Amino acid sequence: MVSQEVAPREKRELQQAEERTEAGKFFNPYADIHENERAVIVSLEVPGVDKSSVDIQLVKGVLTVKGTVDAAKYASLRSIYSEYDVGSYVRTFAVSPKIDASAISATITDGVLRIELPKSKEALARRIAVS
Amino acid sequence: MVIRARDPFASLLGLQRSMENVMGSDWFGGRTSGSGVFPLVNVFSDGDDFVVVAELPGVKKEDLDIQVRGDTARIRGKKTIAYDESASVHRRERAAGEFDRTVQLPDQIDVAKVNAEYRDGVLTLRLPRAESAKPRTVAIN
Repeated sequence: MVSQEVAPREKRELQQAEERTEAGKFFNPYADIHENERAVIVSLEVPGVDKSSVDIQLVKGVLTVKGTVDAAKYASLRSIYSEYDVGSYVRTFAVSPKIDASAISATITDGVLRIELPKSKEALARRIAVS
Repeated sequence: MVIRARDPFASLLGLQRSMENVMGSDWFGGRTSGSGVFPLVNVFSDGDDFVVVAELPGVKKEDLDIQVRGDTARIRGKKTIAYDESASVHRRERAAGEFDRTVQLPDQIDVAKVNAEYRDGVLTLRLPRAESAKPRTVAIN
Protein backbone atom coordinates (compact mmCIF):
# COMPACT_ATOMS: atom_id res chain seq x y z
CA MET A 1 0.00 0.00 0.00
CA VAL A 2 1.76 3.12 -1.18
CA SER A 3 -0.84 5.76 -1.80
CA GLN A 4 0.36 8.13 0.86
CA GLU A 5 2.83 10.80 -0.05
CA VAL A 6 6.10 10.90 1.83
CA ALA A 7 6.48 14.05 3.89
CA PRO A 8 9.92 15.56 4.35
CA ARG A 9 11.20 15.61 7.89
CA GLU A 10 13.95 17.51 9.51
CA LYS A 11 16.78 15.43 10.87
CA ARG A 12 16.93 15.11 14.62
CA GLU A 13 20.19 16.35 15.96
CA LEU A 14 21.74 14.15 18.59
CA GLN A 15 20.99 14.97 22.22
CA GLN A 16 23.31 13.08 24.48
CA ALA A 17 24.52 13.26 28.04
CA GLU A 18 28.17 12.99 27.17
CA GLU A 19 29.54 15.60 24.82
CA ARG A 20 31.23 14.79 21.57
CA THR A 21 34.75 15.82 20.82
CA GLU A 22 34.62 14.86 17.18
CA ALA A 23 34.03 17.47 14.54
CA GLY A 24 30.90 17.51 12.46
CA LYS A 25 27.23 17.06 13.06
CA PHE A 26 25.64 13.93 14.46
CA PHE A 27 22.06 12.88 13.90
CA ASN A 28 19.74 10.38 15.47
CA PRO A 29 18.64 8.13 12.60
CA TYR A 30 15.00 7.06 12.18
CA ALA A 31 14.56 3.46 13.20
CA ASP A 32 12.02 0.66 13.01
CA ILE A 33 12.16 -2.21 15.45
CA HIS A 34 10.29 -5.41 14.90
CA GLU A 35 10.44 -8.89 16.28
CA ASN A 36 9.73 -12.30 14.86
CA GLU A 37 10.06 -15.75 16.39
CA ARG A 38 13.81 -15.92 15.97
CA ALA A 39 15.12 -12.41 16.28
CA VAL A 40 14.64 -8.74 16.99
CA ILE A 41 15.39 -6.64 13.90
CA VAL A 42 16.38 -3.00 13.98
CA SER A 43 16.28 -1.04 10.70
CA LEU A 44 17.93 2.37 10.65
CA GLU A 45 17.91 4.99 7.91
CA VAL A 46 21.48 6.07 7.35
CA PRO A 47 21.74 7.58 3.86
CA GLY A 48 25.29 8.13 2.65
CA VAL A 49 26.83 5.52 4.92
CA ASP A 50 28.62 2.67 3.17
CA LYS A 51 29.47 -0.80 4.43
CA SER A 52 32.94 0.11 5.63
CA SER A 53 31.92 3.14 7.67
CA VAL A 54 29.47 1.41 10.00
CA ASP A 55 30.54 0.68 13.55
CA ILE A 56 28.30 -1.51 15.70
CA GLN A 57 29.26 -2.32 19.27
CA LEU A 58 27.54 -4.15 22.06
CA VAL A 59 28.96 -3.27 25.45
CA LYS A 60 27.21 -4.16 28.70
CA GLY A 61 23.86 -4.63 27.04
CA VAL A 62 24.01 -1.34 25.15
CA LEU A 63 24.10 -1.52 21.38
CA THR A 64 25.78 1.51 19.86
CA VAL A 65 25.39 2.04 16.14
CA LYS A 66 27.49 4.61 14.41
CA GLY A 67 27.52 5.43 10.72
CA THR A 68 30.03 7.91 9.42
CA VAL A 69 29.23 10.02 6.38
CA ASP A 70 32.12 11.28 4.36
CA ALA A 71 31.33 14.92 3.66
CA ALA A 72 34.64 15.40 1.82
CA LYS A 73 33.06 14.84 -1.58
CA TYR A 74 31.01 18.02 -1.08
CA ALA A 75 34.00 20.08 0.00
CA SER A 76 35.02 21.06 -3.52
CA LEU A 77 31.47 22.04 -4.48
CA ARG A 78 29.89 25.41 -3.93
CA SER A 79 26.53 25.21 -2.21
CA ILE A 80 23.83 27.28 -3.88
CA TYR A 81 20.70 25.97 -2.21
CA SER A 82 20.39 23.79 0.86
CA GLU A 83 17.46 22.02 2.48
CA TYR A 84 19.11 19.45 4.69
CA ASP A 85 22.24 19.01 6.76
CA VAL A 86 24.81 16.31 6.16
CA GLY A 87 26.30 14.52 9.14
CA SER A 88 27.01 11.19 10.72
CA TYR A 89 24.52 9.05 12.60
CA VAL A 90 24.65 7.67 16.13
CA ARG A 91 22.02 5.84 18.08
CA THR A 92 22.10 3.54 21.09
CA PHE A 93 19.68 0.83 22.11
CA ALA A 94 19.37 -1.13 25.33
CA VAL A 95 19.43 -4.80 24.40
CA SER A 96 17.54 -7.47 26.28
CA PRO A 97 19.76 -10.12 27.95
CA LYS A 98 17.80 -12.71 25.97
CA ILE A 99 19.75 -11.72 22.87
CA ASP A 100 22.57 -13.96 21.69
CA ALA A 101 25.33 -11.33 21.49
CA SER A 102 27.71 -13.56 19.53
CA ALA A 103 25.25 -14.04 16.68
CA ILE A 104 24.34 -10.42 15.91
CA SER A 105 24.55 -9.68 12.20
CA ALA A 106 24.04 -6.60 10.06
CA THR A 107 23.49 -5.74 6.42
CA ILE A 108 23.24 -2.41 4.65
CA THR A 109 21.26 -1.75 1.47
CA ASP A 110 20.31 1.57 -0.13
CA GLY A 111 21.10 3.52 3.01
CA VAL A 112 19.14 1.29 5.37
CA LEU A 113 21.10 -0.57 8.02
CA ARG A 114 19.41 -3.76 9.19
CA ILE A 115 20.70 -5.27 12.41
CA GLU A 116 19.50 -8.70 13.35
CA LEU A 117 19.65 -9.59 17.03
CA PRO A 118 18.91 -13.32 17.33
CA LYS A 119 17.29 -14.57 20.51
CA SER A 120 19.37 -16.97 22.56
CA LYS A 121 18.33 -20.61 22.66
CA GLU A 122 17.06 -20.32 26.22
CA ALA A 123 14.82 -17.45 25.26
CA LEU A 124 13.20 -19.19 22.31
CA ALA A 125 9.71 -20.35 23.12
CA ARG A 126 9.51 -24.10 23.30
CA ARG A 127 6.41 -25.99 22.40
CA ILE A 128 5.68 -28.81 24.81
CA ALA A 129 3.65 -31.66 23.51
CA VAL A 130 1.08 -33.15 25.84
CA SER A 131 1.47 -36.88 26.03
CA MET B 1 -17.94 -6.57 16.37
CA VAL B 2 -17.07 -3.07 17.41
CA ILE B 3 -17.18 -0.38 14.75
CA ARG B 4 -14.99 2.57 15.52
CA ALA B 5 -16.02 5.92 14.21
CA ARG B 6 -13.36 7.69 12.18
CA ASP B 7 -11.77 10.47 14.09
CA PRO B 8 -12.94 13.64 12.31
CA PHE B 9 -9.93 15.53 13.62
CA ALA B 10 -7.51 13.06 12.07
CA SER B 11 -8.78 13.72 8.56
CA LEU B 12 -8.90 17.46 9.22
CA LEU B 13 -5.34 17.46 10.46
CA GLY B 14 -4.32 15.38 7.45
CA LEU B 15 -5.81 18.00 5.14
CA GLN B 16 -4.10 20.79 6.98
CA ARG B 17 -0.79 18.95 6.82
CA SER B 18 -0.95 18.39 3.07
CA MET B 19 -1.88 22.04 2.55
CA GLU B 20 1.05 23.11 4.62
CA ASN B 21 3.28 20.83 2.59
CA VAL B 22 2.15 22.49 -0.64
CA MET B 23 2.69 25.93 0.86
CA GLY B 24 6.03 24.86 2.25
CA SER B 25 7.25 23.80 -1.15
CA ASP B 26 8.28 26.77 -3.19
CA TRP B 27 5.38 26.19 -5.53
CA PHE B 28 4.47 29.85 -5.30
CA GLY B 29 8.07 30.96 -5.15
CA GLY B 30 10.76 31.13 -7.75
CA ARG B 31 13.33 28.44 -7.33
CA THR B 32 11.70 25.05 -7.04
CA SER B 33 8.33 23.93 -8.21
CA GLY B 34 6.54 20.63 -8.21
CA SER B 35 3.69 18.81 -6.67
CA GLY B 36 5.72 17.34 -3.85
CA VAL B 37 8.26 18.47 -1.29
CA PHE B 38 9.98 15.12 -0.71
CA PRO B 39 12.86 14.44 -1.07
CA LEU B 40 14.74 17.35 0.39
CA VAL B 41 17.53 18.46 -1.93
CA ASN B 42 20.84 20.22 -1.70
CA VAL B 43 22.03 21.97 -4.82
CA PHE B 44 25.67 22.68 -5.53
CA SER B 45 27.48 24.23 -8.41
CA ASP B 46 30.68 22.69 -9.69
CA GLY B 47 32.16 24.78 -12.49
CA ASP B 48 29.52 24.82 -15.20
CA ASP B 49 27.61 21.89 -13.68
CA PHE B 50 24.79 21.82 -11.17
CA VAL B 51 24.85 18.99 -8.67
CA VAL B 52 21.54 18.03 -7.03
CA VAL B 53 21.79 15.66 -4.07
CA ALA B 54 18.88 13.98 -2.28
CA GLU B 55 18.72 11.41 0.50
CA LEU B 56 16.36 8.54 -0.23
CA PRO B 57 17.13 5.78 2.25
CA GLY B 58 15.23 2.57 1.57
CA VAL B 59 14.29 3.47 -1.99
CA LYS B 60 15.32 0.88 -4.56
CA LYS B 61 17.13 2.06 -7.66
CA GLU B 62 14.47 0.55 -9.92
CA ASP B 63 11.74 2.48 -8.08
CA LEU B 64 13.34 5.79 -8.98
CA ASP B 65 12.40 7.78 -12.05
CA ILE B 66 14.43 10.83 -13.04
CA GLN B 67 13.34 13.20 -15.78
CA VAL B 68 15.12 16.30 -17.01
CA ARG B 69 13.65 18.97 -19.27
CA GLY B 70 14.67 22.56 -19.96
CA ASP B 71 15.78 23.90 -16.59
CA THR B 72 13.95 21.39 -14.39
CA ALA B 73 14.73 18.00 -12.94
CA ARG B 74 11.99 15.74 -11.70
CA ILE B 75 12.58 13.08 -9.04
CA ARG B 76 9.78 10.60 -8.76
CA GLY B 77 9.42 7.25 -7.12
CA LYS B 78 8.11 5.21 -4.27
CA LYS B 79 9.47 3.97 -1.02
CA THR B 80 8.24 0.69 0.35
CA ILE B 81 8.98 -0.85 3.71
CA ALA B 82 8.18 -4.53 3.99
CA TYR B 83 8.42 -6.78 7.00
CA ASP B 84 7.24 -10.36 7.24
CA GLU B 85 3.69 -10.68 8.43
CA SER B 86 4.54 -12.77 11.45
CA ALA B 87 6.66 -9.96 12.88
CA SER B 88 5.37 -7.79 15.68
CA VAL B 89 6.30 -4.14 15.46
CA HIS B 90 7.83 -2.45 18.48
CA ARG B 91 8.62 0.86 16.97
CA ARG B 92 7.86 2.50 13.66
CA GLU B 93 9.55 5.77 12.80
CA ARG B 94 10.35 5.31 9.13
CA ALA B 95 7.81 6.57 6.63
CA ALA B 96 6.93 5.01 3.29
CA GLY B 97 4.95 6.25 0.34
CA GLU B 98 5.19 7.92 -3.03
CA PHE B 99 7.01 11.07 -3.94
CA ASP B 100 7.26 13.37 -6.91
CA ARG B 101 9.27 16.54 -6.84
CA THR B 102 10.40 18.96 -9.48
CA VAL B 103 13.48 21.06 -8.89
CA GLN B 104 13.95 24.15 -10.98
CA LEU B 105 17.51 25.24 -11.66
CA PRO B 106 18.65 28.76 -12.41
CA ASP B 107 19.79 27.87 -15.95
CA GLN B 108 19.02 25.64 -18.89
CA ILE B 109 20.48 22.12 -18.69
CA ASP B 110 22.21 20.09 -21.36
CA VAL B 111 19.75 17.21 -21.15
CA ALA B 112 21.95 14.80 -23.11
CA LYS B 113 24.84 15.05 -20.64
CA VAL B 114 22.94 14.54 -17.39
CA ASN B 115 24.42 11.91 -15.13
CA ALA B 116 22.58 10.24 -12.25
CA GLU B 117 24.15 8.11 -9.56
CA TYR B 118 22.39 6.31 -6.73
CA ARG B 119 24.55 4.90 -3.94
CA ASP B 120 23.94 4.10 -0.28
CA GLY B 121 20.53 5.78 -0.40
CA VAL B 122 21.88 9.03 -1.80
CA LEU B 123 20.91 10.25 -5.26
CA THR B 124 23.37 12.53 -7.01
CA LEU B 125 22.37 14.26 -10.24
CA ARG B 126 25.02 16.03 -12.23
CA LEU B 127 23.36 18.48 -14.58
CA PRO B 128 25.71 20.30 -16.95
CA ARG B 129 24.68 23.77 -18.01
CA ALA B 130 23.58 24.03 -21.65
CA GLU B 131 26.10 25.56 -24.07
CA SER B 132 23.65 28.37 -24.81
CA ALA B 133 23.44 29.25 -21.11
CA LYS B 134 27.19 29.51 -20.56
CA PRO B 135 28.54 33.03 -20.42
CA ARG B 136 30.86 34.02 -23.24
CA THR B 137 33.76 36.34 -22.86
CA VAL B 138 33.68 39.09 -25.42
CA ALA B 139 36.99 40.46 -26.65
CA ILE B 140 37.13 44.23 -26.90
CA ASN B 141 38.38 45.52 -30.18
